[in-house]
Amino acid sequence: MLAAILAIAALAAFFGLLLGYSAIRFRVEGDPIADQIDSLLPQTQCGQCGHPGCRPYAEALAKGEDDVNKCLPGGEALVLALSDLLGREPVAMEVKEKVPSVAMIDPTLCIGCTLCLQACPVDAIIGAAKQLHGVLIDECTGCELCLPPCPVQCIRMRPLTEDIPRWRWPYPGKQPSDTASPVPVRDAA
Amino acid sequence: MAIALKLTSKRRLWTFHGGIHVPDEKSLSNTQAIESPPLAQRLYVPLQQHIGAPARPLIELGARVLKGQMIAEPSGFISAPVHAPSSGRLIAIEEHPVPHPSGLAALCAVIATDGEDTWAELPPPLTDYPQLDAALIRERILWAGVVGMGGASFPTNVKLTPGTDRKIQTLVINGAECEPYISCDDRLMRERAGHVLEGVRIMHHLLGVRAVMIGIEDNKPEAIEAMRLALAETDMHDYTEILPIPTLYPSGGEKQLIRILTGKEVPTSGIPAQIGIVCQNVGTAAAVADAVLLGRPLISRVVTVSGRSIARPSNVEVPVGTPAEHLISHCGGYRETPRKLVCGGPMMGFELRSAEVPITKATNCLLALTPEESPSPEPALACIRCGRCAEVCPAKLLPQQMYWYARSKDLDRIQDYNLFDCIECGCCAQVCPSHIPLVQYYRYAKTEIWAREKDRRKSELARARHAAKQARLERQEQERQARLRKQKEALETPKAADPEGEDPKKALIEAARRRAAAKKAVTPPRQLTTDN
Amino acid sequence: MKTALVSSPHVPRLNRVDRIMFEVLLALIPGIAAMTWFFGWGLLVNITLAVTFAVLAEAAVMLARGRSPWIAIGDLSAVVTAVLFAISVPPTLPWWLTLIGMLFAIVLVKQLYGGMGYNPFNPAMAAYVFLLISYPVAMTTWLAPSMLAEHSFSFMESLRLILTGGLPTGLEWDAISSATPLDEMRGKLDLGLTIEQIRQGPVWGELGGRGWEWVAGGFLLGGLYLLWRRVIGWHIPISMLLGLLIGAGVFWIIDPQTHPFPAFHLFSGAAILGAFFIATDPVTACTTKQGQLIFGASIGVTVYVIRSWGGYPDAVAFAVLLMNIAAPTIDYYTQPRVFGHGEKPG
Repeated sequence: MLAAILAIAALAAFFGLLLGYSAIRFRVEGDPIADQIDSLLPQTQCGQCGHPGCRPYAEALAKGEDDVNKCLPGGEALVLALSDLLGREPVAMEVKEKVPSVAMIDPTLCIGCTLCLQACPVDAIIGAAKQLHGVLIDECTGCELCLPPCPVQCIRMRPLTEDIPRWRWPYPGKQPSDTASPVPVRDAA
Repeated sequence: MAIALKLTSKRRLWTFHGGIHVPDEKSLSNTQAIESPPLAQRLYVPLQQHIGAPARPLIELGARVLKGQMIAEPSGFISAPVHAPSSGRLIAIEEHPVPHPSGLAALCAVIATDGEDTWAELPPPLTDYPQLDAALIRERILWAGVVGMGGASFPTNVKLTPGTDRKIQTLVINGAECEPYISCDDRLMRERAGHVLEGVRIMHHLLGVRAVMIGIEDNKPEAIEAMRLALAETDMHDYTEILPIPTLYPSGGEKQLIRILTGKEVPTSGIPAQIGIVCQNVGTAAAVADAVLLGRPLISRVVTVSGRSIARPSNVEVPVGTPAEHLISHCGGYRETPRKLVCGGPMMGFELRSAEVPITKATNCLLALTPEESPSPEPALACIRCGRCAEVCPAKLLPQQMYWYARSKDLDRIQDYNLFDCIECGCCAQVCPSHIPLVQYYRYAKTEIWAREKDRRKSELARARHAAKQARLERQEQERQARLRKQKEALETPKAADPEGEDPKKALIEAARRRAAAKKAVTPPRQLTTDN
Repeated sequence: MKTALVSSPHVPRLNRVDRIMFEVLLALIPGIAAMTWFFGWGLLVNITLAVTFAVLAEAAVMLARGRSPWIAIGDLSAVVTAVLFAISVPPTLPWWLTLIGMLFAIVLVKQLYGGMGYNPFNPAMAAYVFLLISYPVAMTTWLAPSMLAEHSFSFMESLRLILTGGLPTGLEWDAISSATPLDEMRGKLDLGLTIEQIRQGPVWGELGGRGWEWVAGGFLLGGLYLLWRRVIGWHIPISMLLGLLIGAGVFWIIDPQTHPFPAFHLFSGAAILGAFFIATDPVTACTTKQGQLIFGASIGVTVYVIRSWGGYPDAVAFAVLLMNIAAPTIDYYTQPRVFGHGEKPG
């Protein structure tokens, strides 16, 4: 009896020390999980997740303070990737995914107030005071942060047109089918 | 895999793994000589008919163009120019449906033909090319806009310009034409064998290779015979061989043909030049001969129009840009309503969404298939892992595993199974007893991976720009703070230096001015900075 | 007009699942015929019952899963499972055991894992093993082959036996049942008899047990048909039979008095049936060629090991299930070298 108690106690002490030692020896510097999350986020810096940018959202996720389904531009694919990374249950997106778009400034309305320049998180709008502003399409992330500050509502979101280099083959299961059937007969399994 | 010791013409041929026998259906169209249909009234010439950068338009709208005149110039190392296929007026440069699986439109030069077919002034023929500088010949081929005519449409002059680091030993000429129905290369070899060989000779000269191998599937005995006869009349027979290869789809795939003829495997994600081989299609050889010996750009090609829905299947030589419907009506229209219109062969081609699309340099075949020839796909069943797909896969992949991961959208694991070695030949889908659209799953996965890679690069860029902006704002804030501190100090110190009279007032005004400026720097009117 | 975008190939497909399954059923006919000849009508009654139960179970689960039952039934896979099960069990098996077996096979082993194509274990063999462990007596009571039997069952007698468990008047189980050749061999060897002495008995034919060898021959015929029709590949059956033959051969050479000769192993029990019809079930077998060789040979050796030293006279079902577990791992480690990925020397 005593021998058993001692043996268990000794084992407990040993593993306790081992764990304690490895906690110090293999200490993880910084918070790589936040970096990993940040690398998955689309970096639109749009704030639609309720955080002021992608990095803060990544940190909130790393601390477990927010859900994985808050990033609108990332969409379903990001939810899956995040829940995979964080080992959480995937949660459905609350809002429908957006079509990828870029901002476009109506040249006839723009008064050159530079308000949108400051709002743009990625400096994708160029211009100067009293000069017509322009959007760098390749740099624009479609975050829509420039829309509210514009005093004359001259910025519109223009969906990116589908062109051949960007075109993708559709997922076979999702195809519209000619025969509408009440039971999903597309795939038996 | 074991090596097949098939001895034909005293040369050993190799085999590739898998492959399938499909009814070749070539007799529908291969008995008719190549025809030249009347010119279409409108030609829609896509500005991008090749892999690489699109060509830049050169001609003003409304201008008259002559046949063979360059209307768009190449815009990069891997690029090709586009020439007017006939004379007429350039009436628009606009989006028009092009042959692409998506059915989307792309920029096309629309030419209203005048029916005169007047040639522009062409560069002089380079009949004495063996004496000329190779760079000059390559420039001519580049000028002529010659691209691979087997389907991939890679600019030919790039392929004929091997790097100095690797020596090309063998030139493989692809006359296999393994896809069912297609017979344009067959007819070309039967009718213009001499011309094809001229092109081969030019390429042989350019590459300085030791041996030329012309691989032709043995279901085209007439073409083999014609090529042999033509070869006997030239001085090329000491380095050129015409090699009949067993008919087995997809022996006309570049990697498969090289394997059959040389026993070598093109390394994964590599090009044949890495193993000292360049592979060119017979049609490309003819186009090279046109460019060098006649000074003519690539503005027309032979197209097979076939399928049991076509009243009169045939091979036609048409200017690039001719609408598909023009060809179909020339071939007698439809015998019965086709189930689908396919561009390219039935194994790898894609369904056309409209018959308005133009013929491009890479269009080798137009098929109008009846419901019997191309039945609607039945609902896919679950994969039963029978492994037939793996048995026929010429790339020796495990299609059932790739399907598993493509289906679950696991785009990382699918690359572990070498998705990008898939040549999309369609053998797996053809033998699949569960009728799973395997090739579409792989195409979906490939395009999705490319798109995600693009997205990732874009988000990386956004992250960098955002970080740069944050850093800038922070720096400006610090500068502001620093200024404020200085002003404070300046305000406090002057009391000691009171006697200096006017100066304190000046300092105060100055401080106020600075404050205002500093405020301006953080709030509204700020100039665009250029630190990114 | 937005129709579904269909990728190439635009040609008719070559194979169909239902046709493959149909060919398998066709190939089973000679074996079934031989078995019916030697063991009576009970087999056909069992097949009918098993097929009915299996199809009903499949349809019920598919409906419960909200999917079309017709696709699952139409692919004939449930029928194949049912027939293989009915062949493996004694032809006198009570109907309710067949029902339990089929429910177990279709609902638990097949559909709960996702249905056709997703089951890791061979449903027929899993059901067989489940019943063998749960109801060992009923599952091992075989009739004697017809030429050795005292009573030959009529169709109605067989039906009655299966449905009610009632034997014809005047018959006792002891009188009509008989050990299978593998049982007989094992029992007598345990008693210390030599092969020569054992084979003096009346139940022995040229290769295996009388009658039994013909059944095995029937399945061999069917198996060759499947090979010829390319419904199955040669890798699994040949390697499995070779594994069994080599295992048996080695010990036979060492001591032919206590180890039956290899052909006996081949033509007794379910070796042939297993090699051509059970181990080759594509869903649960290996898919790479090299893997199939390992898979088949391992089954063959395992069968020999269990037959010789294990607790059961025959072992095809156990061996197949064991290797089903290993199949994904074998597949993983036997991936073929992909085209263009470094030539192996030579």
